[in-house]
Amino acid sequence: MMWKKLLLALTTLSTAVVAAAQEEPSAFNMTRGVTEVSRDAYDMHMLLFWVCVAIGVGVFGVMIWSLIRHRRSRGAKAAKFSENTVVEVVWTAIPVLILVAVAVPATAVLLKTNSPSPEPDVIVDVHGSQWKWEYVYPDEDISFFSNLSSSSRDASQLNAEKSPADAPNYLVDVDNPLVVPAGKDVRLRITSDDVIHSWWVPQLGFKRDAVPGQFNNADIRIDEPGTYRGQCAELCGSGHAYMPVVVEAVTPEAYNEWLAQKKQAAAAEAEEASGPWNREVAMAQGKKIYDSACASCHQANGKGIEGTFPALEGGKITTGPVEGHLKIVIHGSEKNPVMQAYGDQLSDREIAAVVTYERNAWSNDTGDLVTPEAVEAAR
Amino acid sequence: MNQTADSVVDQIEHEHSHHGPRKGPLRWLLTVNHKDVGTMYLVLALVALLVGGVMALVIRAELFQPGLQLTQPQFFNSLTTMHGLTMIFLAIMPGLTGLANWMVPLQVGADDMYWPRVNNWAFWMLPPAAIMLWIGFFMPQGAPGGGWTLYAPLSSTYAPPSIDWVIMAIHIMGISSILGALNIILTILKMRAKGMRLWDMPLFTWTWLITGFLLLLAMPTLAIAVTMLLTDRHLGTAFFDATNGGDPVLFQHIFWFFGHPEVYIMILPAFGIVSEIVPAFSRKPLFGRTSMIWAVIAITFLSAIVWAHHMFTVGLPVEAQVLFMYTTMLIAIPTGIKIFNWVATMWRGSMTFEAPMLWALAFIFLFTIGGFSGLMLADVPADYQYHDTYFVVAHLHYVVVTGSLFAIIAGVYFWLPKWTGHMYNEKLSQWHFWLSAISVNVTFFPMHFAGLAGMPRRIPDYPLQFMDFNMISTVGAFVFGFSQLLFIWLVIQTIRGGKKAGDRPWDGAKGLEWTLSSPPPYHTFTEPPSRQTIHDEGPHGYH
Repeated sequence: MMWKKLLLALTTLSTAVVAAAQEEPSAFNMTRGVTEVSRDAYDMHMLLFWVCVAIGVGVFGVMIWSLIRHRRSRGAKAAKFSENTVVEVVWTAIPVLILVAVAVPATAVLLKTNSPSPEPDVIVDVHGSQWKWEYVYPDEDISFFSNLSSSSRDASQLNAEKSPADAPNYLVDVDNPLVVPAGKDVRLRITSDDVIHSWWVPQLGFKRDAVPGQFNNADIRIDEPGTYRGQCAELCGSGHAYMPVVVEAVTPEAYNEWLAQKKQAAAAEAEEASGPWNREVAMAQGKKIYDSACASCHQANGKGIEGTFPALEGGKITTGPVEGHLKIVIHGSEKNPVMQAYGDQLSDREIAAVVTYERNAWSNDTGDLVTPEAVEAAR
Repeated sequence: MNQTADSVVDQIEHEHSHHGPRKGPLRWLLTVNHKDVGTMYLVLALVALLVGGVMALVIRAELFQPGLQLTQPQFFNSLTTMHGLTMIFLAIMPGLTGLANWMVPLQVGADDMYWPRVNNWAFWMLPPAAIMLWIGFFMPQGAPGGGWTLYAPLSSTYAPPSIDWVIMAIHIMGISSILGALNIILTILKMRAKGMRLWDMPLFTWTWLITGFLLLLAMPTLAIAVTMLLTDRHLGTAFFDATNGGDPVLFQHIFWFFGHPEVYIMILPAFGIVSEIVPAFSRKPLFGRTSMIWAVIAITFLSAIVWAHHMFTVGLPVEAQVLFMYTTMLIAIPTGIKIFNWVATMWRGSMTFEAPMLWALAFIFLFTIGGFSGLMLADVPADYQYHDTYFVVAHLHYVVVTGSLFAIIAGVYFWLPKWTGHMYNEKLSQWHFWLSAISVNVTFFPMHFAGLAGMPRRIPDYPLQFMDFNMISTVGAFVFGFSQLLFIWLVIQTIRGGKKAGDRPWDGAKGLEWTLSSPPPYHTFTEPPSRQTIHDEGPHGYH
């Protein structure tokens, strides 16, 4: 009777703590999150936790009692018994009942979590790659890369001058978050362009692996507008800690506005792409592309990381013949698969811009201006 | 040539049977004596424990605070990968095999292992394998950093050249394990003293018999998985290469078909050790002996059909997820039976708390906590959150460190007086125990919280909100690591001298090994034990 009361009190207490910390992720417990899936996961977690506590109190209680009472120093004499069929049947049957009691709700939740919504309002293809996420909205003709923010990147270098404490949302901050409408059904189709990654935002209640060659679907419906942060959860190489996932859930009106802005920006870029080609244009566009596609390995300062990522400043390729430079950017490295082929990801003009940038940034003063035509010829 | 080599070895064996161990350094290279081989396995395990432990401490030092202070991410990944491989294949497995080499022949009344020369060979494969495993640290692109699970394509196409050395090292360690397993199985089945029925065998021998069969299932599977990695890298196959029609998830299926039984390979002999120690220090026969053995057999069967619970987030059909959730939950039943039986053995016993018992008790407490988090991880909807976080890191270390490693240490304290003829320093051993038992929890318990709060595993740097838990873990890890130096000192001290241990230093201990002198002669049971001795030392000897 006593322990039942105690359990009840503890449950009540835990519920109170939860209510207080409903929105913000907890510092020491699973977050209750902002979707039905995350709340179900949390409820399962707490159910299991209390089941374990109850079993632990029982088993450890008997054990500790025995350790105190049945010691030789207290004059305990050893009994001779070594079996008891009734007891053994009982302690086999009780765990079976507990497991059934846990398995039933777990199965129900699992089936619910895995049932796709019949008609999602928004579809986003999520591509993991070393070490960034790309979000493609196939119905809207929008796509963009989501990179670790530069403030986090600067503070995350070995013996960096900047402290992680000065970088806002250190390691869980990106340049371009995934934007979705709150209160709508959003289907994520998750895949990878290289190794296995895992797309995870704790407050959305699940992680799903990004596996090359397959699409893993995940349907989300976020109740409240807000910014929700997470990280890649599957070891994917040296940049594994540096490819956060940030989701911004906005009102449907704000979402439509954002879509319009994105499309406008894309149109402006397309217009710019038909404009004149000179060093200034190339360097400005090149820096943008470099920061989003190249800096995660070769670093914003072009110095790379010794032993892992070659320095581009004063590098053999970036200061050698243009042909070799174009080849490795378009077709990737034959020796090291981490250096991807960017030929399919970037346009002629973008490759021309980034190569021009790499050949003239930092102390690389080659003076070369690579043209989109040269890129086309090199493909 | 072979004949000459054979006759040399024969001659050595012949000399041994009359004169004890060979003199000089060649003794250890050529020995076919199960006690010598057992000692070498245990020394290797201790060396690997130190090497893997140093890796762990560098990892913990880097994680002490946010930002990078000591390692580049690539080197950090190499450390986590090599820490796992080293601890599993070179510390825990050889540690348990060393105990089996020493104790199985003594417990079944055999004069040596079934294949003494294969036994020597199986051990001497391991030092070269260890060098091949670690050599990557000295290669230009460093040691592999794809995790000990070697997932493709990160550990195939995207791995540094050192992965080939690791794959060959795994092959050699696998062959060594298979030979060792066969040897132990045959020793138990073919060389058991007349009059000892299978069901009357000591629990340590029983668990090793079953573990032997599990090794024969698991190790070839691992060999298949890493061979496929190798051919994907060098022979143009595309088993795991999606761009050429392969499937990276296939690797995970094969790997975990090895990997989950592997978990039980590391824990079943630990169950055996604890099942020897708890009755000895409770001065009471093991409760539910038959159900203990059946529980181990049940766990073994279940271990082969739960592998996909490591893969709940990889996109399996929901039916498969339900099935693997159920099979995984079932493991709680036989495991629970084992815990209940140990508690019932202690119940109304006459307990004392020397070092072996303390470590065994810590095992029961802490392994149970690892079992609880295991039960939680089995639950798929919650596992979508737990998976690949520090919650898993906490779980696996409660099972392997406070499970397998604690049981090995318990076993060493239990049998060290028998091996050396000396008692260890009990007071110092109490220091060793309490320092370790407290610091191991300071290290691993906060990881539960870090994981639940959202910290992914295998990251060299982390968001600021995880800092407090990481600092606590790091402090605990350093205390735990340095506490083990006490253990090494204690063992050396005991080998070199100390209070004489009688034939049966633990008054409650039963088993044929305690009928021998301490230390036992170089060759034991050249005369098989009598039926009366076997009866008195067996489970019916209490009545």
